[in-house]
Amino acid sequence: MSEQEIQLDLERQGVFLSTLNRFYNWGRRSSIWPMAFGLACCAIEMMAFGLSRYDVARFGAELFRASPRQADLMIVAGTVTKKMAPQVVRLYNQMAEPRYVISMGACATSGGPFRDGYNVLRGIDLLVPVDVYVPGCPPRPEALLHALITLQEQIDRQKLGRVRWYGAGDRPQTSDFPVPTFGAQGLEVEGKLIDPVGGLPLLSPYTSPEQGEQKSGRIEHPEIVRTFPIMDPTVELEHALKAKGVAPEIAVDDLKRDEVDDAQA
Amino acid sequence: MPRLSPEELRERMARDLPGAVLEAAPLQVTAPPAHGPQPGAFLTTDTLVAPAHLVAAALYLRDTLGYAFLSDIAVVDYLADGLFELVYRFYTLDGGDALVLKLRVPRDQPAVPSLTPHWPGANFHEREAFDLFGITFVGHPYLRRIYMWDEFEGWPMRKDFPKQGDKYIGADE
Repeated sequence: MSEQEIQLDLERQGVFLSTLNRFYNWGRRSSIWPMAFGLACCAIEMMAFGLSRYDVARFGAELFRASPRQADLMIVAGTVTKKMAPQVVRLYNQMAEPRYVISMGACATSGGPFRDGYNVLRGIDLLVPVDVYVPGCPPRPEALLHALITLQEQIDRQKLGRVRWYGAGDRPQTSDFPVPTFGAQGLEVEGKLIDPVGGLPLLSPYTSPEQGEQKSGRIEHPEIVRTFPIMDPTVELEHALKAKGVAPEIAVDDLKRDEVDDAQA
Repeated sequence: MPRLSPEELRERMARDLPGAVLEAAPLQVTAPPAHGPQPGAFLTTDTLVAPAHLVAAALYLRDTLGYAFLSDIAVVDYLADGLFELVYRFYTLDGGDALVLKLRVPRDQPAVPSLTPHWPGANFHEREAFDLFGITFVGHPYLRRIYMWDEFEGWPMRKDFPKQGDKYIGADE
């Protein structure tokens, strides 16, 4: 049983022992005010999450703030188009620390069904650090509530000296995250595409913020060509991505059958 | 105002605007898949107008027939035929079905007279067609991109716009 679990257990029995961490985390987790902005249909579910049926007020997060200066949480609710992405990063940069991000739905997380299109960002985590991802298209309000509770649990585990905005030395996150610019092919940072097709993203995704991981905003990957070698050694390859020959279902043309008219059926 | 069928519109327009209505040639639709129903050559029944007569034909629809509401301008890319087909859809405010004007321009020189001086509402439709298909509307007062950013290169809804995405990686694409 960890120190934090012992403490929570004692609190349930009416014994309050506090530390600065616990007090800080309690205050922080009980008033996560989201920023009032939505990008697509996920925002409709986010409204349901905020209103009386699902009632996020039970968790202290009901005050949707119209200004990033007053908000603690950015819920990226919906498809982030490439044209919108610079504004999203700019809003994130304008939020005061501590600040958290929930990536709501398939589109915000990875681009979703529009991932292979010309106009949609392949996941907001290319540009800003994400604390909780919510799968779904769109996620139900309960799923977003669960994401909020997950975020609260993450905040409960934070240590004041280890979060990236209060730490010592070079730990504090003082620089802004780079706002991408519009290029001829897509979004660019310092003149390079942030999500080249077939390469690794220019700005790496951000995996474990609660462990104190920082997203520096620097360019973290050289352009590496990605290959997906087929792992089964018995398969003869045409190139790294394609097996030789034709799959049997396609060979017998069995994937779709001819239409049967009403008389025969 | 009379409600017209596409065939009646064609007859009336051929009678009142000589030279404006063209005979629609059948289009090659791209090679049909081996399975499923086999589509034949596509032949439209709508009125196909010559690009030079577009403004006159549209004004005829608006002023003579009362179809005043230009609902949308769609573009179809017939890559196999090397042409774009523009579909103008007009409604009357009394209700009922739309009347359609179609227009064919070559893919390498897609220039069409603009309707914006006569229909302010055509402005955004034409800018969208310019943005996504690269169709030049001659006479448009402010023809620039509307969805994509100004620095973007290429016409993303054309059939020969390069596919992008992880699933297309491979030598055969």
